[in-house]
Amino acid sequence: MISEYLTKDNINLGFKAENWEAAIKKSGSILEANDLIEPEYIDAMIEMVKDKGAYIVITPGLALPHARPEKGAKKNGLSLLTLKEPVEFGHSKNDPVKVVISFCAADDSTHTQMLSELAEFLKDKKNVNYIKEVGSKKELLSYFENYDRGGESNEDLDSMRSRTGQQSYS
Amino acid sequence: MKILTVCGAGQGSSLILKMNVQDVVDELGLDADVDNDNISTARNSGADLILAGEFHEDALEGFEVPVITVSDFMDNQEIKSKIQNFLEKKGE
Repeated sequence: MISEYLTKDNINLGFKAENWEAAIKKSGSILEANDLIEPEYIDAMIEMVKDKGAYIVITPGLALPHARPEKGAKKNGLSLLTLKEPVEFGHSKNDPVKVVISFCAADDSTHTQMLSELAEFLKDKKNVNYIKEVGSKKELLSYFENYDRGGESNEDLDSMRSRTGQQSYS
Repeated sequence: MKILTVCGAGQGSSLILKMNVQDVVDELGLDADVDNDNISTARNSGADLILAGEFHEDALEGFEVPVITVSDFMDNQEIKSKIQNFLEKKGE
């Protein structure tokens, strides 16, 4: 359940980040505030981008920062940060980034379920676009709850498309 | 066929890519195992096909294993058409 991982305590909307590092820092601080990581995990997420590049921008406008479990991850968890102004992460095609979803995994295997649910959610562009634009945390939380219930989305046509397996790029 | 998805840590992006590649493999009815790993161990993995982000194109250069790169990990249409192209070229 997405609403299980992304609660009112794991979400921050409209953050003003001056650059990608500030965005990851803020995103990581949400994990830390929820006692999911040790502080050094945040530095490890930044190091990962410096070291391996901005490949964490997995889809246009969305980055998925993370580090290895042994870098200070305590439990499995997610945080969601949206940026007031998009920032460049250094990805040739998927920049600029508006949504930062950081995750931490306690080990190499148990986070699979969490990421699989996240992937399922992000696969529908409508959901990604919704997160990019949403301004109210309350609305976003009910969107997640509605999604988890398998409920109808706000737009009937889109929900119909997603049921029949067609792609929606609205 | 053994398909490997790779990324820097072998734990986040490659796992998400693996899930979507698995969907495509199921949809196409291919007989393939999909696994994910980090890029540094991918070379000697014994895979028949590697999928990675376009970002890793340079790091994957010179691999003997065929490599497909995708820009949007969440776009199954892109993944599907690239795998189909690969299979056609391979003559299957």
